Amino acid sequence: MSFSLAHLMNPTGLFALNGGIHPQGRKFLTADAAIEAMPLPSLIRLPLRQHIGAQAEPLVKRGDEVLKGQMIARARGSVSAHVHAPTSGRVIAVGYFAAPHPSGLPVPTVTIRPDGKDRWGPRLPRIHIEDASADEIATRAAEAGIVGMGGAGFPAAVKLHLGRKYDLDTLIINGAECEPYLTCDDRLMREHAEEVVDGAAIMAKALGVQRIIFGIESNKPEAIAAISRFRHALGYTISIKVLPTQYPMGSGNHLVKIITGRETPARALSAELGIVVHNTATAHAMHLAARYGEPSLSRVVTVSGRGVKTPRNLRVLVGTPVTEIIDHCGGLTGTEEQLLLGGPMMGFPIRSLRIPAIKSTSGILALTKAELRKSQAMPCIRCGSCVQACPSGLTPFEMNARIQADNLEGAVEIGLMDCIACGCCTFMCPSNIPLVQGFSYAKGRLAEKQSQEHQREETKRLAAARTAREEAIAAAKREAMAKRKAQMAEKKRREAEAKAAEGAAPGAAPEGAVK
Amino acid sequence: MTTQSAMAAPYTHSMFNVSRTMIAVMTCLFPATAHGLYHFGWPAVMLFAVTVLSAILCEALCLILSGRPVLRFSMDGSATLTGWLVAMTLPPWAPWWIGALGAVIAIVLGKHVFGGLGQNLFNPAMVARAVLLVALPVQMTTWVAPMAPADGPGFIEALAITFGGLPTPDAISGATVLSDVQSQLDAGRSLSEIGLSFATAEAQFFGAVPGSLGETSAFLLLLGGLALALLRIIRIILPVAVLGSLAALAGIAHLVNPEEFVPPVFHLATGSAMFCAFFIATDYVTAPMTALGKAIYGCGIGSLIFIIRTWGAFPEGVAFAVLLMNACVPLIDTYTRPRIFGRTRKGAPLPLEDR
Repeated sequence: MSFSLAHLMNPTGLFALNGGIHPQGRKFLTADAAIEAMPLPSLIRLPLRQHIGAQAEPLVKRGDEVLKGQMIARARGSVSAHVHAPTSGRVIAVGYFAAPHPSGLPVPTVTIRPDGKDRWGPRLPRIHIEDASADEIATRAAEAGIVGMGGAGFPAAVKLHLGRKYDLDTLIINGAECEPYLTCDDRLMREHAEEVVDGAAIMAKALGVQRIIFGIESNKPEAIAAISRFRHALGYTISIKVLPTQYPMGSGNHLVKIITGRETPARALSAELGIVVHNTATAHAMHLAARYGEPSLSRVVTVSGRGVKTPRNLRVLVGTPVTEIIDHCGGLTGTEEQLLLGGPMMGFPIRSLRIPAIKSTSGILALTKAELRKSQAMPCIRCGSCVQACPSGLTPFEMNARIQADNLEGAVEIGLMDCIACGCCTFMCPSNIPLVQGFSYAKGRLAEKQSQEHQREETKRLAAARTAREEAIAAAKREAMAKRKAQMAEKKRREAEAKAAEGAAPGAAPEGAVK
Repeated sequence: MTTQSAMAAPYTHSMFNVSRTMIAVMTCLFPATAHGLYHFGWPAVMLFAVTVLSAILCEALCLILSGRPVLRFSMDGSATLTGWLVAMTLPPWAPWWIGALGAVIAIVLGKHVFGGLGQNLFNPAMVARAVLLVALPVQMTTWVAPMAPADGPGFIEALAITFGGLPTPDAISGATVLSDVQSQLDAGRSLSEIGLSFATAEAQFFGAVPGSLGETSAFLLLLGGLALALLRIIRIILPVAVLGSLAALAGIAHLVNPEEFVPPVFHLATGSAMFCAFFIATDYVTAPMTALGKAIYGCGIGSLIFIIRTWGAFPEGVAFAVLLMNACVPLIDTYTRPRIFGRTRKGAPLPLEDR
């Protein structure tokens, strides 16, 4: 741990984040609602891409009977994740369906009609954690299809394999849950502390690290108390760092900085500093996979907002349609203005209630007008609120001005690519300018440009290669021709020579030949 | 099903907006303004009203000309505040057209010529003040002594003063302490002969002196300013830098030669120093964005105020100091960007430390 004067003066790290904001948490809506298992839904829709990376390959076809825990789609490539049937039933469709994704575009989806029996298929084989190797555990995470459950959905196995490449020493379990409204991680830690700690220890074993640190925001005293009751697991002693309640405390690199005092260099992974961050819910899923051979079939989702009749925390099966989840919570009040998947800071709108909750869905929110940001933007008055709020040390209003002037390179120069899209600037902006939206747009444009450039370059390269190939062929042909010509000439010369020799000694050979 | 909306994350907001900021500033400005209006009587009230109304009118006209939504943009209170700030800097019994002209200069030349709210390089109120001071030195330096309302002009008389061009009676006109001291120093007298006392400083601080409409009571301005800082509308670093550098320079000079340089407390208490530090220099649009930038900018203003007051041709140098530093803001902003997370100050990724 690095030593700094700021630490001495601020043992609780009250101003630990440079920038950051204090939005109204509104977690009281569901903080006291114990996790409740939702009954089987009437339909399960499993998008084959619930993670970052390549989409999984379906293993079932229409009409197939599937059992609970059966793999229905296989990971493709190194960054991907398996998908399992969360209950038994019949596959009624394998096709495209609107995805729980900001774009709302359809993705390949397997639709299952549950038979209501919830029959288990064969579970994953038991592994004895105490003697299991690091690779075995990481492979188990892959077999169970576990992905980061904090929101990004990065395949957990890939992150658990980081120990092969880097010299790791610390596993941080992210229990910050800094997004307003969300309480699913809080409830998970309160109610399943022992399992979460066990999952964390299993992950630590896979990574080969010595230290496990839980980072929990100070607004979750019960969760802190619960975790501190189970500080020992698998020979590890867990330490808990109480974090100041501030958004975006849960952003990976910022969390690392606050807990260890080490700052991840731009464009690098925290693993290069020896630190890996995993989410609380992911640790819990790891526990289930390693101890019970259960693949990633369900997750805790916070259903909240003033637009929901009875906000609560539900354990829902992956693939449960949003509409059934909301109905289970008494339905909408009718005053809702905006439905969201995820938290209000980084979530995205629900365009159709038929989309399913997936492995990375942490919240379903129905917000009323009073809870929402106003949409009408005013001119920037350069007040600097965004600069003060930015946890990454950027100057959002300046970046925005450059993007508005279509000077994307200029925006990159002053740090566009270091933006983590946390939305603090937009939250603070007194003029209601959609800053972070502009940054996402610019990043998209740049990615497009880059891919076009790549394409152009590739085309050029291929064209050049083709020309070179053709030239080589032509050259080879010419050479062959020249060779043949030379051979012909040689032959002619030899014939001529022979003729000349014949002429020089007429009669002798033919005679001999005749003989 | 809800309506599809184009709004993107974040969906929640700090509930802080431009109009609230403007209203908060006006509220904090109110005590000093009320003090001025009370002491300078009806003519001051009329001048104030004319200036603010002209500013609002000008804003609306400019918005119409530039084809922007008039109602939404003019309701944000920024024009009202600009007019208010201009009025604060005027001699309280100046004729109405001075106020109207000031408002026109501030809104049109100071703001809309640059592209409207948020686009101007120079502080509109200070542009107006500087232009008026240079163009109309007589009207802009005709001061009146504060008086009890009973002794002041009645409503009808006030109409004559503000709108009828009735000249300010000599009996109640007076010079500001700054101009008084400067002219006496210019005449070769030393400070001990002029006889500045603590009583003058106290009178200065609480505003029982001739001066601009809203700048006489340094105490009330300080109070309002501190409230702004507590409300987190301004960052305290900026006024501290302005006042600190002004006091430091004045203190050093006074220590070097107490006969020629007035003590720092006069610099802080007189004229526009307090007003400038809390309400003018802190203008969002024309100040740098980072704390470091604000500190540099504030020190520049404080130093320039001292230099202009001491060696310049004008007794008060706030407007020029602010405008000069405004011109430096883009430069300051470029060199005081915050350090990006994970990068060095120069922008290269942090080196991976050896573990």
